[in-house]
Amino acid sequence: METKVKSACDTCTHFNADGLKKMGIQTDNVDFVIALAGNPNTGKSTVFNALTGLRQHTGNWPGKTVTRAEGGFEYNKQKYKLVDLPGTYSLLSTSEDEAAARDFILFGKPDVTVIVADANRLERNLNLVLQILEITDKAVLCLNLMDEAKRNHITIDERTLSRDLGIPVVATSARFSEGIIELIHTINEVANGHIICKPHRIKNIPSNIENAVKTLSVEIEKEFPNIPNSRWIAFRLLEGDTEIINALRAGELV
Amino acid sequence: MKNKNIDSIIELSNELRWQIGDDFHDNLTEGIYADAAQIVADTVKVDSSKKRFRLDRQIDKIVTSKTFGFPIMFLILATVLWLTIIGANYPSSLLAQLLLDNVHPILKSGAAAINMPWWLDGFLIDGVYLAVAWVIAVMLPPMAIFFPMFTLLEDFGYLPRVAFNLDSLFRKSGAHGKQALTMTMGFGCNAAGVVATRIIDSPRERLIAIITNNFSLCNGRWPTQILIATIFIGAVVPSAFSSLISLIAVICIAVLGMGFMFGTSWALSKTLLEGQVSTFNLELPPYRPPRFWKTIYTSLIDRTMIVLWRAIVFAAPAGAVIWLISNVYIGNESVAAWTIHSLDGFGFLLGLNGVILLAYIVAIPANEIVIPTILMLTVSVTGIAGGAGAGVMFELDSVNATGDILRAGGWTLLTAVNLMLFSLLHNPCSTTIYTIYKETKSAKWTIFASIMPVILGFIVTFLVAQIWRIIF
Repeated sequence: METKVKSACDTCTHFNADGLKKMGIQTDNVDFVIALAGNPNTGKSTVFNALTGLRQHTGNWPGKTVTRAEGGFEYNKQKYKLVDLPGTYSLLSTSEDEAAARDFILFGKPDVTVIVADANRLERNLNLVLQILEITDKAVLCLNLMDEAKRNHITIDERTLSRDLGIPVVATSARFSEGIIELIHTINEVANGHIICKPHRIKNIPSNIENAVKTLSVEIEKEFPNIPNSRWIAFRLLEGDTEIINALRAGELV
Repeated sequence: MKNKNIDSIIELSNELRWQIGDDFHDNLTEGIYADAAQIVADTVKVDSSKKRFRLDRQIDKIVTSKTFGFPIMFLILATVLWLTIIGANYPSSLLAQLLLDNVHPILKSGAAAINMPWWLDGFLIDGVYLAVAWVIAVMLPPMAIFFPMFTLLEDFGYLPRVAFNLDSLFRKSGAHGKQALTMTMGFGCNAAGVVATRIIDSPRERLIAIITNNFSLCNGRWPTQILIATIFIGAVVPSAFSSLISLIAVICIAVLGMGFMFGTSWALSKTLLEGQVSTFNLELPPYRPPRFWKTIYTSLIDRTMIVLWRAIVFAAPAGAVIWLISNVYIGNESVAAWTIHSLDGFGFLLGLNGVILLAYIVAIPANEIVIPTILMLTVSVTGIAGGAGAGVMFELDSVNATGDILRAGGWTLLTAVNLMLFSLLHNPCSTTIYTIYKETKSAKWTIFASIMPVILGFIVTFLVAQIWRIIF
């Protein structure tokens, strides 16, 4: 795959395009594990292919990826394993694909979660983004399908979006390999701790629930200091999610 | 100590759950949406001053309309099949000429030159090599045309529209609307269709989708349908119409398969798999102009080559088995002849014959090799001149030559029609059966999904044969 000089990043001294190697299905001895999550039909598999050089079959219909695909790439001598999760609208229900995506982000403990969102339908996509940000604090938003957004006369203030969400935002058109280099660079920065995320936490909740969540998450943090997602666990406990209760008992959440 | 603390956390959560009441889930969801709306209000601008002509919406109005939706669907299916039938002829005969007429004699004389024993030469070159060559010559061209076209449609975004059109039919038959997507995948490969049923949440509806996926004519069976329709059904009408009529015949079989899918789904949802139809939302994604050459390339490399490789892997041992059963004798009859004669009576009842039934047993690993097996067995039983010996597949320069052999084997129009029906209605190939087992993890449902279509096939071909014989 050729790397054309297209963006400012290519000429930037911090970016080393020669350092990028697509490793296909080789995923041995990796330094970082990256999860690829997002709504159905936002181009996750296309992003996956662009990063790994694999040709995971893509198709224009929601629900195409039912099995978890894995691939690798190497950047600046660090090896990355990329896991393409099934597309879901939410993580709150219990269907097989949603559980698969949620369990990987929760138990697989990826070093970075890349959330692929459709720039044309950002509001609907944010539903999943905000849920993922409750679970993990190392995430990158990949604002994909920018070419279509441009055609639809939609402009997105990426900088404000990034500030509101508390995570880096990268605009891409994965079908045309645009923005992929920036995405890799950002993933690298987050994985190595050069960028520290301060993810958005859900705000518009009635005060009685907010208080209950606070009380519970304080207790959870007492038991498990440094846990990144005490609030999310509190949500699930209040919901009565038996899987999470069992995982908590088994100590799988830390 | 630790467990005690965790228990107290869980206890606290139970207590708090009582305090905050039932609306928790709704409140949380509303909170998330309110946050999302706020963020979007601050960051996204839509320039509505530009007149936005929504081509997507205009196309959708036509392709999902009540009047045009179905005709357009059949028209697209017909176009794809027609291009496949017409386009595959020429490269097929070219490949046959190369692999069978040119390479095979070279291999034979090579084997003779190094004094290979006759049985090893027969086993390897006449058995294994010819089966593989046949599969490549017959299968590769239609696949190389069908798969890229199918992938282009898929990339364009047409499949969800098919699901949309068929949704009400699926709902009426008690199945899940997303079954339309898995059904369409089945037209490529049933094993892939069975894996795709994971997009269906409800276990009941998923099981229905798995069991009935076999009624989608898979890529291993399209060539059989096309070949038999061309030889026998196309021959009934003047030659100017023959390709049109064969095309219609193949589409009828495919549509009949969809009919069986709806019927079986309905019957299952009323009996063994009774239950409610679940609701779901289906997103109609925007149409995206496919990246033409990239799509062609990936579908050729990923789909065509993988499926072809699978066919070759299964064809090689099957070729060997065919050669063996034709050359191993019990008394003065070969195993093949003996089996065929004992199956002939049952075959006659079904409007088929012993050769076809034996071919379907030999071809359980892969549907692709049914026709070559039938041809070879027909020759070895009828003893037509032209074959190079017992159990040897031979050169077939043209569709006409194939037809002549089959007619010499006692085939009639009824045999052809019933073979097409039986090719639609029989057990899934072994890969699909294994996939069904992996997906359902139930021996019971795997056996059911494997046996049920065969029984249906027996019933349908039996009825057709009896009615046919009364009328004609």
